[in-house]
Amino acid sequence: MSTKPPPTGAVGIAPAAGSPSSSTPQPADKKKEAATVPISVADEQTRAGHLPVLGYRTGRTDRYIGLTGAQILLQMLHEHGVTDAFGYPGGAILPTFDQLYENKLNFILVRHEQGAGHMADGYARATGKPGIVIVTSGPGATNTITPLATACMDSIPIIVFSGQVRTYVIGNDAFQEADVTGISRPVTKRNYLVKNVKDLPRVINEAFIIATTGRPGPVLVDLPVDVSTARVEEIIDDTPNLPGYRIYKGGNSRMVKAAAEMINAAQRPVLYVGGGVIISRAWPEVRQLAEKGNIPATTTLLGLGAFDENSPLSLHMLGMHGSAYANYAVQESDCLIALGARFDDRVTGNLKLFAPKAKIIHLDIDPSSISKNVRVDVPVVGDARLCLQDMLAHIEYQPRREWFDRINQWKSRYPFTWKDDSPLPKPQAIIEAINKLTRGRAIFTTGVGQHQMWAAQFIRWSIPRSMITSGGLGTMGYGLPAAIGAQVGRPGELVIDIDGDGSLLMTVMELATMHQYNLPVKVAILNNRFQGMVRQWQKLFYGGRFSHTEMINPDFAALAASFGIRGVRCDKKEDVPRIVEEMVQYPGPCVVDFICETDENVYPMVASGKGLHEMEMGVVGETPPNSGREMGSLA
Amino acid sequence: MKHVITALVMNEPGVLAHVAGMFSARGFNIDSLVVGRTEDPNLSRMTIVVIADERTLDQVRKQLAKIVAVVKVRDFKDLPFVSRDLMLVKLSATPRTRSEVIELADLFRGRIVDVSHNTILVEVSGEEGKLDAFVELVRPYGIRELARTGVIAMARGAESVRSAGGEEPRPATGKAVSAAPRQPTQAELEATPPG
Ligand SMILES: Cc1ncc(C[n+]2csc(CCOP(=O)(O)OP(=O)(O)O)c2C)c(N)n1
Ligand SMILES: [Mg+2]
Repeated sequence: MSTKPPPTGAVGIAPAAGSPSSSTPQPADKKKEAATVPISVADEQTRAGHLPVLGYRTGRTDRYIGLTGAQILLQMLHEHGVTDAFGYPGGAILPTFDQLYENKLNFILVRHEQGAGHMADGYARATGKPGIVIVTSGPGATNTITPLATACMDSIPIIVFSGQVRTYVIGNDAFQEADVTGISRPVTKRNYLVKNVKDLPRVINEAFIIATTGRPGPVLVDLPVDVSTARVEEIIDDTPNLPGYRIYKGGNSRMVKAAAEMINAAQRPVLYVGGGVIISRAWPEVRQLAEKGNIPATTTLLGLGAFDENSPLSLHMLGMHGSAYANYAVQESDCLIALGARFDDRVTGNLKLFAPKAKIIHLDIDPSSISKNVRVDVPVVGDARLCLQDMLAHIEYQPRREWFDRINQWKSRYPFTWKDDSPLPKPQAIIEAINKLTRGRAIFTTGVGQHQMWAAQFIRWSIPRSMITSGGLGTMGYGLPAAIGAQVGRPGELVIDIDGDGSLLMTVMELATMHQYNLPVKVAILNNRFQGMVRQWQKLFYGGRFSHTEMINPDFAALAASFGIRGVRCDKKEDVPRIVEEMVQYPGPCVVDFICETDENVYPMVASGKGLHEMEMGVVGETPPNSGREMGSLA
Repeated sequence: MKHVITALVMNEPGVLAHVAGMFSARGFNIDSLVVGRTEDPNLSRMTIVVIADERTLDQVRKQLAKIVAVVKVRDFKDLPFVSRDLMLVKLSATPRTRSEVIELADLFRGRIVDVSHNTILVEVSGEEGKLDAFVELVRPYGIRELARTGVIAMARGAESVRSAGGEEPRPATGKAVSAAPRQPTQAELEATPPG
């Protein structure tokens, strides 16, 4: 608690599990061990009112006196380094919008609050900074629930400030009242209803800490109108009060050492790299681990970019639509090293059949991820970067010649591939053309479906934060707003939304936002006139009964034009490379409607209930890899 | 298997909903949940009885600890502890049967807190099992109404929930890979939508 004096001895360090109590002084030699246990914000913040986690001063202060809630919000956003925000106005948030009228904050007016949420999320994934959303009460706030759930699943720091009805009518079914803290509780890391303006500074400080530290996640702050107009009239304390919140830093050194020893002894180790590596900026350490120990690495969908896929050590993505060689390697491995990944069912396939020969090392910052789905032999709880820095010292090079021989055989036998056998271009052809031109050097976002999986498979990922996609929740409609958010966060860079016709139409109104702020996002629609991924399942498991998955689409090029954006249609194979190039070169926002083949499935595929090695291969492995195509680098 | 967990939580609106919501969302089985004040006005104490195997208990503990408003979590798996449940039970008792009921209540160190012409209200406290036994014994007289608080618990000796450490997971023993707490059935797996 905020009033607790700093503990004596090792300042800010919580007692080790099983140690009698925090007030008992620790023997000198135990201090080192204790330094590996979680650090509590409650303990850290008490040092001279300074918040090391944010580099921000807090304490009893008169600096808020005379300010309204809305003024405090904007001032504190600025102090927390916020330069951009996304949102939509309404009655209950008007005092805050009035403050935005002449403010240096770059505010992006969206066309649907869902868009604001995904933009903040795309912004956060592209920059590593928290994404900020400001919306009104009731429907404005409920429209952010899908983005909150999306961010919660993928551990993305966004903070939603929602207006709320006046404190004294809360609970009376007032106009545009909704129990927003109640509705958002299961999809936020933490949420608040601020009932008194005196609490607002503390709550904002807590919101930033919680959203951005540990396993990041979304936070919602519900702000009644009368709180945003009320003024602070006295000295208040803005010190966060988070007695139960722990930030795990370096891992337990015994476990780190045990992990290293297990890795050194392994004949067939595999690194399984997840989104946590990107969050903790641990990609250089992962690369060192792979190279120093000579260990192949596969990434999850969210981990794409955390490991350079051009490296001979790369196995590309694993899982339901992962590479055959990654999946085989995991199933044959004797030591699976999970780094910032959580054994999602799309990664593991049937758990009973998953990695049957492997000892499992699991490094994660969230203790509840450990042994949730699989039993872990060596758990390391902590920040991936700090833990790997410790671990690297103990890692030894092993030749593992036999293991790499097998892997290289799988790689040359089963590369990602597709057959050019239809009059219309195959969706994969378009992604390959984009990859060829950009060499993966762009920020990509996606919708959800086949196009998302093909993007994961056919772009050679080598740059962290270059793949921005909804993994855990699989939110259709994510691609366009996420791309807009990414472009706002990284203005100079090429941002390409590889989208599905179905997905795009869920949030297509954000083309207006793109136009209004002249954000040069490129939207490449893989238009198969179907919800392709659902069609694939209907084709494989429901006897080809395509129940409600075919769609009559608008003319996307004309639609884009009506928003004031350049729209192009491409329906000929031979035009694909040229139009891709035009799209990439075009200086402004641009939408290209790539009309492509409908009857195409994503392979390999691990069907439900199957083990990772029991893939449906489709064309994969059927023909020797095509000579001319990009995949040559894999063999 | 029943396990008793206790948690210190911040005394604020929404914590109970959060904890209860987490249990139902994750499919954990609550037998009883009690919340009450503590010596510190900022903190409440929850005592939760869950029906779980050891792996699920481990998850319950970790998921509780993950909630920001939950300050400390402790389970009593490896600790000697005292647990108590309090019951009020209103029985039918005519002047003829009244003395029998009073005798039974005495045996259980119960107290008679109200008597009317044809009812008697008994207060009993103790471990859950003792209360269950009492209920069975008095059932033949006719139970008009019954209320129990649910279990509260505390470690024996100097141990306290405040001294519980952070969540440092231990390596699992046994087979390297095994089933999740509840394995989905084949039918459920096949019902998984495409994404
Ligand atoms: C909001 C939402 N609704 C439904 C789904 C289920 N779903 C997953 S993929 C898919 C089809 C996507 O179609 P499209 O965007 O055209 O992509 P394609 O598979 O054709 O490339 C659907 C309906 C979802 N993931 N998200
Ligand atoms: Mg489609």
